[in-house]
Amino acid sequence: MKKRKYSFNFILGTVLLALTLIPAIVGLFWTPYDPEAMDVSLKMAGISIKHIYGCDNFGRDIFSRVMSGSAITVVIAVGTVALGSIIGTILGAFTGYFGGIIDEALMRINDVALAFPSLLLALVMVSLLGSGKYQVMLALGIAFIPSYARIVRSEYIRIKNLDYVKSAKLAGASDLRIMFVHILPNAKTVLLSSVMIGFNNAILAEAGLSFLGIGVQPPDASLGRMLSEAQSHLFSHPSYALLTGCTIVAIILGFSLLSKEIK
Amino acid sequence: MRKRVSKILVMLVVSSLAIALCACGGRKAGNDSLITIGIPQDLDESLDPHVAEGAGTREVLFNVFEGLVKPNSNGDLIPAVASDYSINESGTVYTFTLRDNVKFHNGSTVTVQDVKASLDKCAGTESGEPLVAAFSNVKAINIVDDKTVEVELNEADTDFLPNLTAAILPADHLDASTDPIGTGPYKYVSRSPQENIILESFDDYWGEKAKIKNITLKIVADADTIVMNLEGGSVDLMARLTNEQVSQLSADKFDIEEGTMNLVQALYLNNSVEPFNDTKVRQALCYALNVQEVMDFVSDGKGTEVGSSMFPAFGKYYMKELNDTYNTDTEKAKALLAEAGYPDGFEFTITVASNYKQHVDTAQVLKEQFKAIGVTANINLVEWDTWLNDVYLGRNFESTVVGVDASTFSARAMLGRFVSDSGKNFMNYNNAEYDAAYKAATESTDEAVQTENYKKCLTILSEDAANVYIQDLPNLVAINNKFGGYEFYPLYVMDFSKLYVK
Amino acid sequence: MKYVLKKILSCIITLFIVSLLVFVAFALIPGDPALSRLGTNATEATLAAMRHQMGLDRPLAVRYLSWLADALRGDFGTSYSYSMTVSSMILDKLPITLTLMLFSMILMVVIGVPLGVYASYKEGTVIDRIIQIINQINMAIPPFFSGILITLIFGVTLKMFTPGGFVSINRDPLGFFAYMFFPSLSVALPKCAMILNLLYSSLNGEKKKDYVRTAYSRGNTSNAVFFGHMLKNASIPTVTFLGMALADMIAGSIIVEQVFGIPGLGRILLTSIQNRDYPVVIAIIMLIAMIVIVTNLLVDVLYKVIDPRVGNQ
Repeated sequence: MKKRKYSFNFILGTVLLALTLIPAIVGLFWTPYDPEAMDVSLKMAGISIKHIYGCDNFGRDIFSRVMSGSAITVVIAVGTVALGSIIGTILGAFTGYFGGIIDEALMRINDVALAFPSLLLALVMVSLLGSGKYQVMLALGIAFIPSYARIVRSEYIRIKNLDYVKSAKLAGASDLRIMFVHILPNAKTVLLSSVMIGFNNAILAEAGLSFLGIGVQPPDASLGRMLSEAQSHLFSHPSYALLTGCTIVAIILGFSLLSKEIK
Repeated sequence: MRKRVSKILVMLVVSSLAIALCACGGRKAGNDSLITIGIPQDLDESLDPHVAEGAGTREVLFNVFEGLVKPNSNGDLIPAVASDYSINESGTVYTFTLRDNVKFHNGSTVTVQDVKASLDKCAGTESGEPLVAAFSNVKAINIVDDKTVEVELNEADTDFLPNLTAAILPADHLDASTDPIGTGPYKYVSRSPQENIILESFDDYWGEKAKIKNITLKIVADADTIVMNLEGGSVDLMARLTNEQVSQLSADKFDIEEGTMNLVQALYLNNSVEPFNDTKVRQALCYALNVQEVMDFVSDGKGTEVGSSMFPAFGKYYMKELNDTYNTDTEKAKALLAEAGYPDGFEFTITVASNYKQHVDTAQVLKEQFKAIGVTANINLVEWDTWLNDVYLGRNFESTVVGVDASTFSARAMLGRFVSDSGKNFMNYNNAEYDAAYKAATESTDEAVQTENYKKCLTILSEDAANVYIQDLPNLVAINNKFGGYEFYPLYVMDFSKLYVK
Repeated sequence: MKYVLKKILSCIITLFIVSLLVFVAFALIPGDPALSRLGTNATEATLAAMRHQMGLDRPLAVRYLSWLADALRGDFGTSYSYSMTVSSMILDKLPITLTLMLFSMILMVVIGVPLGVYASYKEGTVIDRIIQIINQINMAIPPFFSGILITLIFGVTLKMFTPGGFVSINRDPLGFFAYMFFPSLSVALPKCAMILNLLYSSLNGEKKKDYVRTAYSRGNTSNAVFFGHMLKNASIPTVTFLGMALADMIAGSIIVEQVFGIPGLGRILLTSIQNRDYPVVIAIIMLIAMIVIVTNLLVDVLYKVIDPRVGNQ
């Protein structure tokens, strides 16, 4: 058997994601301490064996909060990408496959939406929907629809003129069947790589919104929210901001390294 | 083609620099004394002293406007625009003699017409709808001669004087919402939304003139950046800091003054919504509260417990014994909840203004404490302006953590808002017994009877658990040691005129 | 010329669509702006008067058309939370944000372009590897965290600037520009990484093309080929990227303004969103849309100037 040699990027990416995502997933079910439990005696406690990241101003264990915070961030990112890619795929499939006036109109709106940075779209959405965990997910999900719609649409336009689609049509397959059984699997590669990138963007956008104070609400931890709170301890406890920030960087770096390899 | 591309790039860079440089043509301020004071929220939309609701706005306008009388740092009322006053025996007519040569910031001298117009505005003489609730008792403002004004009341009231701290405005400039002109030691120069408010000392002030010429009130709405602003040197003075913020400041750069905020911090409950319309539920929350723990987290144990709507600076009315109406007792709380029909607890929302770190922190501690009795509190952080509109004015909330202060140094300022039909009764408190006691207090001219009834009001609020009373917060003021002269008032005000450069 | 006119027309139509969508979306939000302005003390009569004064009692289509007519004249109404016109509020803050973006743009080009060219020039060497690794990490740092890092390193530790020490341009122009440097750097850094990457890969792509080999075989030195031929071809996608980067920079500057306590458009947008001050929110969104769309138009036209074949097919 030929031994496969893994590249440096792949190994580093996997290690970074393992270091951040495993605690995040575990954090959904279990954390070393209750991330919301307060303890006066541990107010701003430094790094120790019991509290490897130290404690915040309520004596809450920062490592536990980073765990559950990453969990919330990751869950929101997954929800966002799922929402955006599913609706985006359906929209892109229909407009790309059928074309016509609706296609024109939708793509015009789509172009507009794409011109805006997704964070800004999400800001507008949050102002329409309100803030909170689920609202953020919905807002970001909607903000992500246009980019998926565009990618899927152009794939559909490319593929629908290929011979095998034409012959399926001649064989009497319904439009829906052609769209989702024949064409979709062929658009998979493009879609997957954009899901990877989308995941990264979603993490960034969630952290950004929560950092601005209009995303996840306290005492829920989210990486962006925690980073914003850590700012007030920047002078006395810079480790709080650094550890939280580095977690975000590690997740994003891990994903971008991996997606680079997968391409 | 390379040349073309690089030319375009060069042009872009050069033109952008040119634009940047053009924008530089502003004026440079002289080297007059200047202090930057941090404030945690922007001022209200309207700068009209008769309209402004926010304590944060009033504490700034305190320096711009004065009434016929004004409070000093002991809480006593001293003559301001008036030089002297007298009250007739029955307490129905207040007579004021105007101080000579008091100037408005626009240069004109205060006349009796200005005083009448200002007080008429408060009483709503023209519209029939009083702008300031207490002025509904005003029958007429009479000009006696060009130095004397009379305030005539419908019903006798020997405790009406605090209301006459109401600002005096020029008769031809009664709408001060965007361009306030008063008689105070500082005049308003400009404001820039979410950035700053600029004040300048008033050279023709009648009394002791302000020592620092320019004041910039910098809005530091993000509580997480307060320490950075102070330590970095972009803010010289900021009041109402938490212990934790203070502990991060370098001791060789800042003097820390310690006082009290003179407010009642509580979890204010909307008494008209389920389940807070049930006294037992409110009492259960009171039993779940551990005040000492709140103080430990929020201010390292500092703070003064309050058991009703009165803070200790009001020595005459503050009732320490009410702090013990409820002592932390989880079992009793659970039993009360079960009696009220919530054996498994319930869920509710605490709306908090995000710019007040103490209140946000308190809400988080409360959430943890309520968990012990099975009650789930969700925290909803909002901007100050939203809080004002939704909670205070709109009364569209379940509960909120905030500090309620006294606009004047009188029991009415604290207790009037709990009367069921008061416009300031944002917690929709409704208790006939309370209304009666309050009425008895205000209608009496005998001080002993007044005090007795006010105390009865406080006891009702406490026993009826109108709100979950917590504490009067410690007021930690950080002041750059280049400056001095910070003075505490028993009210929620800051007196800029006493500040000086060392 | 026809191409340009067509592009401009399409931009105008797009802007109209944006304005319609945004206006309708905000008009449909539940809640009564008149009530939230007046509070519970409002009587039905004063409420109706306030609605009338705010123009809320007219049908949506009429409201939109009158808003549009005013907006075309530069009048975006009055802010709900401040007694001032939206235009004056925005004009007050716009220069601050524009300066931030301009500085970021300059920094992005000044840092990103030479590094990209240098890395490609040194392709395969250790220097190239180091630049690539740093770049990869840099790309993963979100602007708010880079802002905090910069504050920590240059502000708190090295004391090269005063954290939170923003001064308005009227009071101290030099201080203003000096303060804007570090915030601009945090906006620019992630974009530097992108432009570096882009230039690097397009330069390396050029290396493999026939004309490069031909140039070498004619006896040109490698420097002359590199700087004379390849760079100019690789610069075309870079120019396009600048246009796209602008949109991202607006988002970046909103966050960075928060980190550095800069009272610019982002700060106003955020508080207006939270205070539901819709006239301001709508106006700022329209302004950003306009900036983005016009920049894209300029890039398209610029592209056409550089490469006349574009758009002729």
